[in-house]
Amino acid sequence: MPVEIDIAKVARLARIGLTSGELDHYAEQLQVILEHAARVQALPTEGVVPTAHPLPMTNAVRPDEVEPTLDREEVLAAAPEREGPYFRVPPYLEE
Amino acid sequence: MDPADLSIAEAGTRLRAGDLRSVDLLTAVRRRASMTEAILHAYLTIDYDGAMAAAEAADAALTRGEDWGPLHGIPIALKDNLVTRGLETTCSSRILSGWIPPYSATVVERLRRGGAVVVGKTNLDEFAMGSSTENSAYGPTRNPWDPDRVPGGSSGGSAASVAVGSAFAALGSDTGGSIRQPAALCGVVGMKPTYGLVSRYGLIAFASSLDQIGPITRTVADAVTVFEAIAGHDPSDATSYRGAYPDPRADLDLGVAGLRIGVVRELSHDGIEPGVAAAFQATLDALAADGAAISELSLPSTEYALSAYYLIAPAECSANLARFDGVRYGLRLPGESVEQMMSASRRDGFGPEVTRRILLGTYALSAGYYDAFYGQAQKVRTLVIEDFKRAYAEVDVLVIPTSPTTAFAVGAKTADPLSMYLSDVCTIPSNLSGDPAISVPVGLDEAGLPVGFQVLAPALGEAMMFRVAAAVERLAGLDARPAMATSEGAA
Amino acid sequence: MTYEAVIGIETHVELLTRSKMFCGCPTDFGAEPNTNVCPVCLGLPGALPVPNEQAIEWTMSLGLALECVIAPHSVFHRKNYFYADLPKNYQISQFDLPLCTGGHLDVDAGDGPRRVGITRVHLEEDTGKSTHLGGSGRIHDASGALIDFNRSGIPLMEVVTDPDMRTPEEARAYAQELRAIVLALGISDARLEEGSLRFDANVSLRPAGTDTLGTKVEVKNMNSLRSVQRALAFEIERQARVLDSGQPVAQETRHWDEAAGRTESGRSKEESSDYRYFTEPDLVPLVVAPGLLDRLHAGIPELPAARRARYVAVGLEEAAARTLVAGGLAELFDDAVAVGASPRAAANWLTGEITGHLNRTGIEPEALPIDGARLAELLAMVDAAEISATAAKDVLAGVLAGEGSPREVAAGRDLLQISDAGALSAAVDDVLTAHPDEAARIRGGEGRLVGFLVGKVMKATSGKADPKAVDALIRDRTGS
Repeated sequence: MPVEIDIAKVARLARIGLTSGELDHYAEQLQVILEHAARVQALPTEGVVPTAHPLPMTNAVRPDEVEPTLDREEVLAAAPEREGPYFRVPPYLEE
Repeated sequence: MDPADLSIAEAGTRLRAGDLRSVDLLTAVRRRASMTEAILHAYLTIDYDGAMAAAEAADAALTRGEDWGPLHGIPIALKDNLVTRGLETTCSSRILSGWIPPYSATVVERLRRGGAVVVGKTNLDEFAMGSSTENSAYGPTRNPWDPDRVPGGSSGGSAASVAVGSAFAALGSDTGGSIRQPAALCGVVGMKPTYGLVSRYGLIAFASSLDQIGPITRTVADAVTVFEAIAGHDPSDATSYRGAYPDPRADLDLGVAGLRIGVVRELSHDGIEPGVAAAFQATLDALAADGAAISELSLPSTEYALSAYYLIAPAECSANLARFDGVRYGLRLPGESVEQMMSASRRDGFGPEVTRRILLGTYALSAGYYDAFYGQAQKVRTLVIEDFKRAYAEVDVLVIPTSPTTAFAVGAKTADPLSMYLSDVCTIPSNLSGDPAISVPVGLDEAGLPVGFQVLAPALGEAMMFRVAAAVERLAGLDARPAMATSEGAA
Repeated sequence: MTYEAVIGIETHVELLTRSKMFCGCPTDFGAEPNTNVCPVCLGLPGALPVPNEQAIEWTMSLGLALECVIAPHSVFHRKNYFYADLPKNYQISQFDLPLCTGGHLDVDAGDGPRRVGITRVHLEEDTGKSTHLGGSGRIHDASGALIDFNRSGIPLMEVVTDPDMRTPEEARAYAQELRAIVLALGISDARLEEGSLRFDANVSLRPAGTDTLGTKVEVKNMNSLRSVQRALAFEIERQARVLDSGQPVAQETRHWDEAAGRTESGRSKEESSDYRYFTEPDLVPLVVAPGLLDRLHAGIPELPAARRARYVAVGLEEAAARTLVAGGLAELFDDAVAVGASPRAAANWLTGEITGHLNRTGIEPEALPIDGARLAELLAMVDAAEISATAAKDVLAGVLAGEGSPREVAAGRDLLQISDAGALSAAVDDVLTAHPDEAARIRGGEGRLVGFLVGKVMKATSGKADPKAVDALIRDRTGS
């Protein structure tokens, strides 16, 4: 059962700037993997509740209390580009 | 015996007896690493200065009469997807090359508080995606039993270092078998806990609902020790289990007499290599002779587990890896716009397997495909969980081979991603169910390669799992060590 | 062609919790950039979210105040999109199992009540803040951007209405009422100009009398209640012109430009976003514990609608009640009445002079130098004729200028009236003596001359005599 993949759209959604040759290559591979993965469709699942969690846990919350923050210099030391106390990035295209 | 080959239990006894110091253990580990690393490449980063300071502090504490627990003064390796403050953490990816974290994972803090000496960070398949450690951006790790073969993955570096003695124990992570399978291929013990028993805070996430951190050790008793040191509720992890669970050590030496052991039919015959099948059967026979009742059970949904996994894990990872965008840390390539910068950085920073899974996951979650793929896979997951529950109403533990094959040759499966994925067929079901599982080495095949025997238990059933694993070790355990691990044996 | 406007509003409310939604970082406004950050809100590898219990309870409280159904079982989802100030490149939000659904809020813009359906109230996290460099500070001509993650992870509540509003006035009334409720609950400081309250509107037109929905346009960047009304009025007119010219309305997002008084087309996206929602695997479901809703109900203070009804019941006009509640003067009013002020008199001063002062100075009601006690004192002084009604305005002005209490200001500005008969006697007698003819004529029945003599007494006392008391004294002395 061949699966239809708009690989260019997927790569755009994932923000991975692949070349068209790379896109073709991955599209082929994904095709094969997805056909195998699509076997899940063969199992009857009406009335089956999807598992989001293996653990039947609820209400894991925390009280509204302040905790220590990170040291700004240590944080900005890892920044690929910084300007004063800020992270700097190239201009945005989109809102 | 070279101190590097002691178990944690033995080393602990000798530390407290005063005839060895932590510094001696570290020196032994260092020596073993220097003999093996050129070929093995188990480590990405070794921090001897930090380790030595920790060992000296451990020794001083022992001298003062303090005892910080069973890991006090023991050299440990950490898989490089565990965040360590001040120590480079790369996930074996170019996208995190040179990243020095400003915080440490909860398990790392717990180990340090217990006096463990962190030797360094071990190699893995990039972002824990793979079954051979060949997907590392920094070169593969080799199998200590045969350097032309893979150590398994994704925790290949951790398994290899423990197997040769360049660490007393290591932490790995297991999402689809990444602790158990390399443990099997390297002839050591590797265990995946019940989902939620070990905090994931500071584990760089691959698939959040499947990932668990666990120990890789040379003995089952050592695995219990390391598990106890890292397990327990963590308020920083909302998926961390809050309830009580049985003492994992309580039943360790009770043996298997009277226990009911179930073999999973769907995962024990087709596709299993003869050498693996033979060792598996021999172990079953030994267990039966020791008083266990062996039966075969069918868990039909496990045939679909691999397919479900290869939809769920990539979907979650596609979101978990979105944060690697060159803005706040990691690799940044230039771009005229922030969008271009992100796209270029991610293309350059991620390797092919990671790229493949991100694309797969993004697709599986896309509008129009969600129900058929991700949604359906989460339903299959429920069926797998139900199959396991039904099985555990009849047996105490389930057993299967850990891996269908022993260690394969480097490069043998890299051309075909799907063939690599099939290595995980015996380990994936436990990740889907969230139940604990352990691999115990049970002998060598005709090529001299280790075979792993896997014990699966119900959720929170670590005590039962370790009990059967200890019996397996006693009855069928592997005595041999890889040639590389002896003081003279390095090639 | 007559069109009917169909308006829905989405409101984002920044909650006043001490710590962020999924981590313990402080939330104080105005901190140094990138100091209120940690691995979680920076999206560092390995970090995990843990939800803020207070934020959850406050969201449920707002849901109760809006008559919503509180979900017995609620779940967080990941909303996936890439943006430089969204550290994980997904936002933890809620999708199909939000905390609250199916409520309503009744508003009245002046032409009758409108029930605005509340589709849902859910909880999510805010993003960091980008400052665009160079150019106009807008995105399109920037040379780069600077990002501060202090705001990243602050709890955001989103309230979505059904498309039930029909006029810009109704939309403004809704916005105002929602803001008043949020303030009454104490869960946000709801400042539009600071961004702790943000309104986005969806507006479409359809031919009057039909019921198919037209193409909807999203309008953003309305930074005041007035902007909400103006922006919608503009947009409705714009869409009407488009439709009248035979063109279809483009489905898009438009930004309101307050200075220019118009909406402008935002950057069009290549494709509509595919957010790939899936249940957040790092979190577990929220289940309402027994007794929680009762406790939250009990904690809800008097809401604006109930307060207005109470004011009307003590004799205020609807409009006055509305102004008091909407203007943040209800506490002041209640305090003044509690120490004996007449409701109508207090309301008059509050909705008149004091509201005028607030509008002119732009300060918040909490910053007023007058409290309920002082207002009651002012009113009591007028009642006791210690100051004239005219002087009272000056006294109030003095109090608002920070000169002290009404009594202190009246004394300081020499506005105290003399109304004591004894004190006035001498002055009255002097004037009567000085004007014997007028006095005689008054005795003879020419009552209209009393005013003339009152004037003389006023002059003699430099205006400080109470005219009524003087009048009474003169009449008494002249037997008229």
